[in-house]
Amino acid sequence: MNLENEINFSMDALNCPLPIDASSFITLAHGGGGKLTQQLIEKVFQPAFNNPELETRHDGAVIDFPKGKLAFTTDSYVVNPLIFPGGNIGSLAINGTVNDLAMCGARPLYLTVGFIIEEGLSMEVLWTIVRTMKIAAEEAGVKIITGDTKVVDKGKGDGIFINTSGIGIIEHDLTIHPQSVQPGDAVLLSGDIGKHGIAIMSAREGLGFQSEIKSDCAGVSHRVQKLFDASIEIHCMRDLTRGGLATALIEIAKTSQLSVTIEEMEIPVREDVKGACEILGLDPLYVANEGQFVVFVKADQAQQALQIMQQDPLGGSAKCIGTVADSPEGTVILKTKIGTSRLLDMLSGEQLPRIC
Amino acid sequence: MKYVDEYRNSKEAKMFAEAIARTVTRTWTVMEICGGQTHSIAKYSLQDLLPPELSLLHGPGCPVCVTPVELIDKAIHIAAMPNVIFCSFGDMLRVPGSSADLFKVKSKGGDIRIVYSPMDALNIARDNPQKEVVFFAIGFETTAPANAMAIYQTKSENIKNLSFLVSQVIVPPAICSILESPQNRVQGFLAAGHVCTIMGYSEYEPIAKDYKIPIVVTGFEPLDILQGIFMCVKQLEEGRFEVENQYSRSVRKEGNLAAQKIIQEVFQIIPRQWRGIGEIKQSGLGLKPAYSQYDAEVRFPCEFHYQENATECISGLVLQGLKKPNECPAFGKSCTPESPLGATMVSTEGACAAYYRYQTVQS
Repeated sequence: MNLENEINFSMDALNCPLPIDASSFITLAHGGGGKLTQQLIEKVFQPAFNNPELETRHDGAVIDFPKGKLAFTTDSYVVNPLIFPGGNIGSLAINGTVNDLAMCGARPLYLTVGFIIEEGLSMEVLWTIVRTMKIAAEEAGVKIITGDTKVVDKGKGDGIFINTSGIGIIEHDLTIHPQSVQPGDAVLLSGDIGKHGIAIMSAREGLGFQSEIKSDCAGVSHRVQKLFDASIEIHCMRDLTRGGLATALIEIAKTSQLSVTIEEMEIPVREDVKGACEILGLDPLYVANEGQFVVFVKADQAQQALQIMQQDPLGGSAKCIGTVADSPEGTVILKTKIGTSRLLDMLSGEQLPRIC
Repeated sequence: MKYVDEYRNSKEAKMFAEAIARTVTRTWTVMEICGGQTHSIAKYSLQDLLPPELSLLHGPGCPVCVTPVELIDKAIHIAAMPNVIFCSFGDMLRVPGSSADLFKVKSKGGDIRIVYSPMDALNIARDNPQKEVVFFAIGFETTAPANAMAIYQTKSENIKNLSFLVSQVIVPPAICSILESPQNRVQGFLAAGHVCTIMGYSEYEPIAKDYKIPIVVTGFEPLDILQGIFMCVKQLEEGRFEVENQYSRSVRKEGNLAAQKIIQEVFQIIPRQWRGIGEIKQSGLGLKPAYSQYDAEVRFPCEFHYQENATECISGLVLQGLKKPNECPAFGKSCTPESPLGATMVSTEGACAAYYRYQTVQS
């Protein structure tokens, strides 16, 4: 979100259409299918997600679809806290699903949204989330064409859970998959890593750790589209969400049965993110991102692809971080800053802060 | 990043590696005491830069690894109580007790909170006056001052609903215990830089003299460790056995006197059980009688006796530097970070977990 949007957004966020005449927080009745449900749809969801498909108020959406292959994906969003520096659960729910479609090589077109809201959620918070979803959807060029709302008893949710599913169209003949990765391919990283995970940790109550770091939550489909427009031969892409850069590369190496070597020196990490990771005992390679991806391209197109990525306002720090070889099969090798090498492995769970 | 990047420089790493190789004329075995150092050695594959004559053994300086099973069981027992908020550093939650870990208690509804500082527990206690808040105060001399300060403040503010489950251990008696073992192989030590930042290094001088063993106070970055190894090997080759300070940007000989003062105010030296090793005399810190009302073991009396079952796990031998993690038959097979047999496979500072996570390309 640019600054202008942010200002407009915060002004609009003050104008929640519901709190005065209805309750200022969600009650079970908002999910009961009666008048309050109608009011919620008519005054909150429909104005925000306004489009002809949603207007039909049918059980589902009927859409015209261009000829070609479809990509279809779904994801659920349960982040805590709901609102964090650089975004909120709403921007995550749109960008996360849009990005999954983009990683399949698709141009995202339509989304569905399911809200599971805990009784007692402030209407103001819901409105903030919905407004952000509207902005994120507009930025990504997707329409929200059908949805559902349920309200659960107090204590049975965490404020709000959101599920989004998305459909996109594939407009090229490439097979974007780990199995398309070839020895010799270059590994390009879209920008600096670790901001989302650190922003979430610093926003979590009780951690006693504060920072200025904002989540990188953003749609990546425009950046990917520019690569397709330039006829870059993309072999595979992956967004770097939970598990971070390391986990994404390990998954690709294992599926492709090839070896990916990356240079620690080339991986961009902002100084403040580095500092936070040092203090918290976390490895930025495994910290989550919500607006970064890796792309595997033919070596002879690596420079051209990198230039395209770097020209995007969100891609200034994009880098070529490594290459692919045929052995040792299924491995990711990190060349460390001091010139040694080691294998990267998946973590067994979340990274836990160290004691000292 | 200042004070970090300059200690992760490949040119200087190579320079130190060559200096070590030039100095070494025979086989030597050096132990790094601290789990943080073990973690760095594995993360940067430092062994690959060292000559084959030089062998590194990994010491017992991982607080998660040496906390006894009985105490984990007590923590689990207390954390499962309905009116308790149990606060702990993150990596204690995965450590197996005799039948469960704290994560399991959390998933069954126990109110367990990961905190970064004992002061967070103080805030939680102030905010929840109707609850009993318990902080799992574990660690070496590094965590002792902050834990002591939290206990001191609890008393001075008369906070009645906060207590501390204490498992503090100290390094010098563990070094002596390793040196006194008939199977000891260690010929030189890298002492733990952050422990010495608090305590200084005077107390290591009689150890170096009595056991005729070089001790180099060493930091945690790859260049710190390579320089520490170089200084240690140089002493060995020259037949010297002194305490030297590689980590002079952080460590003064007398240590941090204010931190020592608060430790002495709250804690006294007691014998402690070390997981996998057994009891080491005078190796722990316990609450002084004036603070016993804040002892969670007094507030929630319970007894657990744990009989170590025979497994393939050799974590006790690993902690004493008698074996390396990959010499264990269970390593990477029946024992992984997902289902650890011993605590050394749990914490990122445990030698087994570090070996597992940071496999070198050759292995």
